[in-house]
Amino acid sequence: MDFSVILGDALRGAISSDAAAYALMAIGLNIHFGYTGLLNFGQVGFMLVGAYGVAITVTTFGGSLWLGVVVGVACAVVLALALGIPTLRLRADYLAITTIAAGEILRYVYRSGYTEPLTGGVFGLQGFADEFYAINPLPPGRYGIGRVVFSERGLWILLVGWGLVVLATLVVYLLMQSPWGRVIRSIRENEDVARSLGKNVFGYKMQSLVLGGVLGALGGMVFVISTQSAHPDGYNPVVTFNLYALLVLGGAGTVFGPVLGSVIFWFLSVFLDSFLRQAIELGFVPATILAPAEVGAVRFALVGLGLMLLMAYRPAGILGDRRELALDVR
Amino acid sequence: MSVESEDARRDTVGEAEVAQERAVAAAAAAATRTSSLMDVTTTGPGSAKPDPILVADEVRRSFGGLRAVDVGHLEVQRGAITSLIGPNGAGKTTFFNLLTGFDHANSGRWTFAGSPLAGMPAYRVARRGLVRTFQLTKSLMRLTVMENLKLAAAGQLGERFFVSLVPPLWRAQEAKIEERAEELLERFRLDRMRDDFAGTLSGGQRKLLEMARALMVRPAMVMLDEPMAGVNPALTESLLGHIVDLRDRGMTVLFVEHDMDVVMGISDWVVCMAQGRIIAEGPPAEICQDPAVIDAYLGAHHDEPGGESR
Repeated sequence: MDFSVILGDALRGAISSDAAAYALMAIGLNIHFGYTGLLNFGQVGFMLVGAYGVAITVTTFGGSLWLGVVVGVACAVVLALALGIPTLRLRADYLAITTIAAGEILRYVYRSGYTEPLTGGVFGLQGFADEFYAINPLPPGRYGIGRVVFSERGLWILLVGWGLVVLATLVVYLLMQSPWGRVIRSIRENEDVARSLGKNVFGYKMQSLVLGGVLGALGGMVFVISTQSAHPDGYNPVVTFNLYALLVLGGAGTVFGPVLGSVIFWFLSVFLDSFLRQAIELGFVPATILAPAEVGAVRFALVGLGLMLLMAYRPAGILGDRRELALDVR
Repeated sequence: MSVESEDARRDTVGEAEVAQERAVAAAAAAATRTSSLMDVTTTGPGSAKPDPILVADEVRRSFGGLRAVDVGHLEVQRGAITSLIGPNGAGKTTFFNLLTGFDHANSGRWTFAGSPLAGMPAYRVARRGLVRTFQLTKSLMRLTVMENLKLAAAGQLGERFFVSLVPPLWRAQEAKIEERAEELLERFRLDRMRDDFAGTLSGGQRKLLEMARALMVRPAMVMLDEPMAGVNPALTESLLGHIVDLRDRGMTVLFVEHDMDVVMGISDWVVCMAQGRIIAEGPPAEICQDPAVIDAYLGAHHDEPGGESR
């Protein structure tokens, strides 16, 4: 078994643009869930409107990619308002139900035959990010060490993706150590108290929902620009659940939790994938027990198992504050 | 740890003695003060006050068929301690919730410092200077004691989204707020816990924190919902001392309590509710003689205030 291959693959996965996209979306979810206490189970919906905002603007309407980015962000704001206005005044569970439904509705609408002229239906849209790669300042070549190597295109999206992650993390850091963040966290703890102290809870929840949703949309853009392809079936609720998993893994309500969580999540998932495939190839695992086609499913089961172990031994996540565990919250 | 808690206990006991003396003195002064502060001609339900800060009219709230609150007229005197008493289920907390915007009345109007409050969301009521606490203490568990207080300060620039991203714009104000919070923490003897999570405080300390937090808003009037519920006698005295202190600093206090004896010592005025209605109001001494109150609420076993039932 060649562990240098497995580790190389895993490291590539850990710093991939997909990991950056997930980190961005998880930072958004962290603002919702980790800091404000909003149960948003439809983060994938924000990812979808961001991704398709770019894809549709460029492919269907022949607009500029940068206009597409603006359209994607605007769509995320509209989605946040549409979800928030009716539900944020209600109990937390209503937002959870509404968001999970909205995510699925969006996916079905975008993949339906009715919208195919706009969205490409089940075939999706491809080749809309040429403009992004046209401004790549990196000369052609191969960049990296050992097996962790990227083309100039791969490195370009990587730099932009992780650059956005750094920027988003900085914004979250500034926000959360400010009085604004204090109000947001107080809403998570008990919104009636915040209200009794004169804070406009609805307004703050809305700001949180919009900000986190916009980050979700940016994540969706990084995700589709890296492959130049937007395909509706990639936007199912599992994405949101994976985001929750990696957020809790890294530490919900911490500044770096979602970033660390995303890196570990992608490292583990690629590591297990590569490891299992080699094990089957080399005959360590008989094909009757595990066929190569089943690896994808099994690795997620193993990631799930790992999360369960983490929750048993490190319930606040890797970066979580242990002092919080001593509190009987709620 | 045990040494520390022993220390803390001695502290609260010491404080309690002081507070008790204060409460006794306050009770003695109550009669004379009532006549000057509350120069009232009538003492029945709905009686007029010389300088009311809160005036409520025809406030009604029903849950299904049950009329939980049905208050015809109530005036609360500015700068006085008014207590709202009544048996469990009398509608005291519901009335509180209505007045502070935490529940919606079926009908009625009420004004605070001259401006109408009916239908106003809770956070605006608080910004007008009418701040409430909760019967079941609601601490912001995963915020530190200091953060709990700083949160409550009104009109913070850094609470605006874009301003918050530029610390120099709000640092100076934050420092002032912190200074005031330090003073309050000292006054409520919470200064040693300033950086602990509020969730680690004892039940009594949380009551103190909640009161201190309400004061950070700089309210004109505080409404305390059973501030003494589930608190040991020593701390009760301390809390009573703090309530008297609020009035001495010019604040109006309305508080809900069901222990009659607690109320008598410090109240300038007592309002008694039963089954959603105000059945009696008047100075403490008069209220404990009122047959309607005794009948509805106190029962036949009641002794003199401050007697053995405490």
